Amino acid sequence: MDEPELDGQRRKEVLRQCLSVGVATGTYGISFGALSVAAGLNLWQTIALSSLLFSGASQFAVVGIVAAGGSGAAAVATSTLLGVRNSLYALQMSRLLRVNGLRRVAAAHLTIDESTAVGVAQPEPPAQRLGFWGTGLAVFVLWNLMTMVGAVVGNALGDPKQFGLDAAAPAAFCALLWPRLKSGDARAVAAVSAVIALVVAPHAPAGIPVLVAAFAAIVAGLLPSAPDARG
Amino acid sequence: MTLWTTVLFASGLAFALKLVGYVVPHHMLDHPVISRVTAMLPVALLSALVAVQTFTGQGGVLTLDARAAGVAVAVTALLLRAPFLLVVILAAATAATLRALGWG
Repeated sequence: MDEPELDGQRRKEVLRQCLSVGVATGTYGISFGALSVAAGLNLWQTIALSSLLFSGASQFAVVGIVAAGGSGAAAVATSTLLGVRNSLYALQMSRLLRVNGLRRVAAAHLTIDESTAVGVAQPEPPAQRLGFWGTGLAVFVLWNLMTMVGAVVGNALGDPKQFGLDAAAPAAFCALLWPRLKSGDARAVAAVSAVIALVVAPHAPAGIPVLVAAFAAIVAGLLPSAPDARG
Repeated sequence: MTLWTTVLFASGLAFALKLVGYVVPHHMLDHPVISRVTAMLPVALLSALVAVQTFTGQGGVLTLDARAAGVAVAVTALLLRAPFLLVVILAAATAATLRALGWG
């Protein structure tokens, strides 16, 4: 594939997104580290979750269930359910990245909400790759560093909620989805899946609502793509 | 299950799930219908995630708090074509300010 290189301006733009998502997400590692140690996991188990499991929602589920006195099996099951969406992200990232061998293993490990969101938000393939790898690495490094900080000093720096970081994450995903929503099809999928998730949320365990919403994508893909009148 | 077994099992399964998506042969993913579906999957999953992160609390109960206000400000900023970083900072600042004032 012959592709033009990214010019300096675009490169900087994409890297800035990678870094801001990395910082916003990474900071939450403090919460995770603190919660994990409070739940009774030791420092090494906490670090193992952030470096090996490396998927925020699943990690919080594991320590939450352990803290509540739940069984290991329940913790593994919930964590795994929350991880299924990474498989679905991987299908699209696999098409965009076209990687093999060790790079494929590394790409798989870094496939999470944030890296996928920044990757697919870019219109041109070199920027998609830079966005995915840049965000994946930034989140990995900062998430693990902050996990250690949280595990050692606890929540001494304060609850990330105090700084509004729990609003920063969905806001960042909105901003990343924004350019895609110019297409009427994508707008419909986004709206329908958000509604599905909210309707299912009170009635299903964590992880399920988002997965059920994926049906919106399947239906949209199966329908002949509508000529885009509005968009 | 010891804690270590739990940690390692959960991690192994998480990685296996991520890898599964990458070992599906490309020629299958290149089928027009499949590629339309996989292109829409991140849009559907991330929109659902935004909805859940913004509007639900403990046990998935619908909740309206400082997060919703932060995201509403972010969407307004996006409509006004604000740059990415500003959108994220405005959302965080809105939620943080409301909480400091004792709401949500």
